Amino acid sequence: MLLRHTPKEISERTALTINPAKTCQPIGAMYAALGIHGCLPHSHGSQGCCAYHRSTLTRHYKEPISAATSSFTEGSSVFGGQANLLQAISTIFSVYNPEIIAVHTTCLSETIGDDLPQIMKKSIDEGNTPEGKIVIGASTPSYVGSHVTGFSTMVKTMADMAEPTGKKNGKVNIIPGWVEPCDMEEIKRIAAMIGVDITLFPDTSGVLNSPLSGEYTMFPKGGTTVAELKGCANAIGTLALGEWCSADAARLLDTKHKVPCSILDMPFGLKATDRFINALRTVGGTTVPEEITDERGQLIDFISDMHQYFYHKKVAIVGDPDQLISMAEFLMSIDMCPVYVITGTPGKRFERRIKEITKESPFPVKVKAQGDMFLLHQWIKNDPVDLIIGNTYCKYISRDEDIPLVRWGFPILDRQGHQYFPTVGYKGGIRILEKILSSLLDRTDRDAPEEKFELVF
Amino acid sequence: MRKVAIYGKGGIGKSTTTQNTVAGLAEMGRKVMVVGCDPKADSTRLLLGGLAQKSVLDTLREEGEDVELDDIRKPGYGKTWCVESGGPEPGVGCAGRGIITSINMLESLGAYEETEGLDYAFYDVLGDVVCGGFAMPIRDGKAEEIYIVCSGEMMAMYAANNICKGIMKFAQSGRVRLGGLICNSRNVDNEKEMIQELAKKIGTQMIYFVPRDNDVQRAEINRKTVIEWKPEAKQADEYRGLARAIDENKMFVIPKPLEIETLEQLLMEYGLMQAA
Repeated sequence: MLLRHTPKEISERTALTINPAKTCQPIGAMYAALGIHGCLPHSHGSQGCCAYHRSTLTRHYKEPISAATSSFTEGSSVFGGQANLLQAISTIFSVYNPEIIAVHTTCLSETIGDDLPQIMKKSIDEGNTPEGKIVIGASTPSYVGSHVTGFSTMVKTMADMAEPTGKKNGKVNIIPGWVEPCDMEEIKRIAAMIGVDITLFPDTSGVLNSPLSGEYTMFPKGGTTVAELKGCANAIGTLALGEWCSADAARLLDTKHKVPCSILDMPFGLKATDRFINALRTVGGTTVPEEITDERGQLIDFISDMHQYFYHKKVAIVGDPDQLISMAEFLMSIDMCPVYVITGTPGKRFERRIKEITKESPFPVKVKAQGDMFLLHQWIKNDPVDLIIGNTYCKYISRDEDIPLVRWGFPILDRQGHQYFPTVGYKGGIRILEKILSSLLDRTDRDAPEEKFELVF
Repeated sequence: MRKVAIYGKGGIGKSTTTQNTVAGLAEMGRKVMVVGCDPKADSTRLLLGGLAQKSVLDTLREEGEDVELDDIRKPGYGKTWCVESGGPEPGVGCAGRGIITSINMLESLGAYEETEGLDYAFYDVLGDVVCGGFAMPIRDGKAEEIYIVCSGEMMAMYAANNICKGIMKFAQSGRVRLGGLICNSRNVDNEKEMIQELAKKIGTQMIYFVPRDNDVQRAEINRKTVIEWKPEAKQADEYRGLARAIDENKMFVIPKPLEIETLEQLLMEYGLMQAA
């Protein structure tokens, strides 16, 4: 009972977060930056920030995460970090030679008011940034928003690299949001099947799920190239997956370069994938091939075969807004009941959206943005659920309350596979259901009395 | 050792008043250290005869963390010790953090040790207490007496009242107390009476009324305090008076800052008296 001090009785809290359901902005910014080919993320702040962000990403993706830091000292905090960043840019290009450096700020550099655009301009003027190399920068103080905000801000900064040539290139921009490298791969596979030429950014496939070849490359072959990012201004449209993760970048391309955008939910589950496929077909002016229709049929087959085991099972879900919205919708569509929904990321729209999605639910639904795991645990203590879906941190609640856990989201620090088996699209939907079903039936088998121990489900 | 911090609205004459008062105290045989807490590093110019001081933070930047006490303090008029905290150039970095860093450094280097034989440490702090860094000198264990320099001008009184709010906050958890208001006259009508009334309402005293005298500016041009430049001047006696008043002061209070309405009322009353 590691969480035995969590009381059942819920009292009003105004200032205290316990076991947060979110983390630092720069983690998101760093993950997004790794989706650019040949990019070295750079943390403008003290070393500890960078070390924490790298290690969390490494623990989740099980890949070495290279990132540089401005290594603030007491002096840099007083005099500003300009000298450190200029030196860093110059050192990074001469030692590691990336195509691009993606700088994100930290609480410290934000609070002392370091002006990234001014410093980056100076680095060009003074020759620290060599000809043909690029430095981009995003402002990511951790005391605002969450890791999702940092991700979104860096993606928006990437979109800001776009340079119009005045001629459309016939491509469609897809901004996938914070999904696994394999999910990004899956989105590219789906787009290719439908016959739409896309630019996916960020794209961490081939970066954070790269093979062990025996040879270390600092910059793996994956990632959206700088040229592709520049070309985003010439696309015929943008599909942004996830309001929180991707909308800002898509809107920037729309207002700045007149690339029309549609903001969709992340394609988790049946309905959200339907909408994604439909939008992709429409913007690309193509038709949906039979293979996709078949994949959809397989998902529907799975749902109908196993529906009795899903029916009216109560689920608690924790994670990030975009993922939870699609997951809640998916669960509702198979007659599972998301009764507790918690994100640490702020946003009142999130609560409204979840309430809208779950309005037909037979059970009362509790939802909270800027909530924490402590509150979720209290809810569960008062009225238990059949399943928890969330990141690794849910394992404490799962163990204490003896409730099965499906690991999904960020971070997953204690299991493997999330970077290889996608959960987006129809096939991804099958993967989600497989995991849910296995958890539920494992529990049934464990608890079944001898006379009810079934061979066949 | 008495640890004194001087606050007040920007441009009110904190540095000038501090240095002239310190000169007065030095003349009385007191051993004083002045710590300038202003990024401009101009709090010890009159005692040193020019901006000859290398600031704590400059030293930190150039020498790294391996700094010695003699690198950062200089002897000034009347055997005073002069230290400038210094800070970043305008518009970058964090001046507040700079003050925290330099005061911590002075402490760890032993500038306040008993063996130094100091009677007084004076902190001369920039303008308003805009952030935590500028409140560093009044945190617990640092300055224990505060004097606020003000005048009969409205904004100076606003600032004084605002600084009282900061002092009240720290006074509740520590030993810092308000020693009084120093009125640095701007020749406003009813100035003395108005500041006396303001002091009374805040719960403190107007410890001294420093009249306006151009000898102060003349001495400044000569990079000297009035006491050093023209010991026989009338203004030199005024600063001696202020030094004595501080040296003999026994009234240390937790201030009761005024509501804005009350402050406006006070201004109105004395302002109208002048009109009448």
